Amino acid sequence: MKALMLFLISLVISSFNSIDNSYLGFNESAANYDIRIVDFQQLQPLLQINNDTIYVVNFWATWCGPCIKEIPYFEQLGNEYKNKKLKILMVSLDMADDLESRVIPFMKKNNMKNEVIILDDHQSNRWIPLVDEKWTGAIPATLIYGNGFREFYPKEFTFSELDEILKPLFTN
Amino acid sequence: MKKEYFTLIALVLITLSMSAQPISVGSQAPNFSLKNVDGATVSLSDYASEKGVMVIFSCNPCPYVKAYEDRMIALHNEFAPQGYPVVFINPNDDVQQPEDSMDKMRERASEKNYPFPYLKDEDQQVYQAYGATRTPEIFLLKNEGGSFVVAYTGTVDDNYKDALAVEEAYASNAVKALLAGKNPDPATTVAIGCGIKKKN
Repeated sequence: MKALMLFLISLVISSFNSIDNSYLGFNESAANYDIRIVDFQQLQPLLQINNDTIYVVNFWATWCGPCIKEIPYFEQLGNEYKNKKLKILMVSLDMADDLESRVIPFMKKNNMKNEVIILDDHQSNRWIPLVDEKWTGAIPATLIYGNGFREFYPKEFTFSELDEILKPLFTN
Repeated sequence: MKKEYFTLIALVLITLSMSAQPISVGSQAPNFSLKNVDGATVSLSDYASEKGVMVIFSCNPCPYVKAYEDRMIALHNEFAPQGYPVVFINPNDDVQQPEDSMDKMRERASEKNYPFPYLKDEDQQVYQAYGATRTPEIFLLKNEGGSFVVAYTGTVDDNYKDALAVEEAYASNAVKALLAGKNPDPATTVAIGCGIKKKN
């Protein structure tokens, strides 16, 4: 009987998970390393979702030293805001060919839980200004938006800087 | 009073560094005088007899530099004889990125047989004066009666992955436009690159 209950509970939980998985194009996929490779046309809708969630979109790469340094802060953010309507998307600019050889091993080693997606689009002169007009293409860079807020940060973050930006967005 | 003054300057500098943008096309290019890998000092003013200079902020480990390296060498080989030589400037702090030390730069220049100077922006004044934010980043300068004016800023071309699939060769087209007495179009482009490592 007890075993049956546990089975049913786990069934319910896993069905919740599968609902989460398709949430507006965002996945909870980091855990199974099912990383999507997209071009900018496919990424763009994820930069302008209009609901009651705050989105943090970080542009990084495994070869980018300052990006790697701030990755734990984005993980910490995911942890500390997990009960809030906050969604973090880590957009990797690694070459798509490096997914298996570099990106996934890097994610495993650093225990990355935030969703990772690879943006594979060499037409950067076209799409960079669509992310933000002032962006010159240097990474790391982060877009934070949602609930009427939208700000692009072409810089490296510390956790407290991220926290200072996000905290006020959840006080209303 | 003095302290407040410094705080103000610091704040202005922080604000500027947060919104760093390349100096605009048409503006005067800042002069520089930097140490080359061969020990000599190279200045922008050394190029007074050229039609212009292609200043490229570059470094050793950046994968985008590696992807474009041969194409940047080819730009020099094609255009130096026509009056537009390339100059590489490495702006990175080698404390944070030891691969960019003068020794490593020297190794790289000799491995790849750089046909142009590879200068170290030791004090990081030059890249900030140009408003460079990443490597590789090009500033194509035009010599107007002994003073250099920015004619194009941006990237090499529109396909870092595949030189054979390039549709728009921005930098090459920009030099060709200048050689034909025209203004480059586009005069600015952007591209993904490695953020310049600033000293702490």
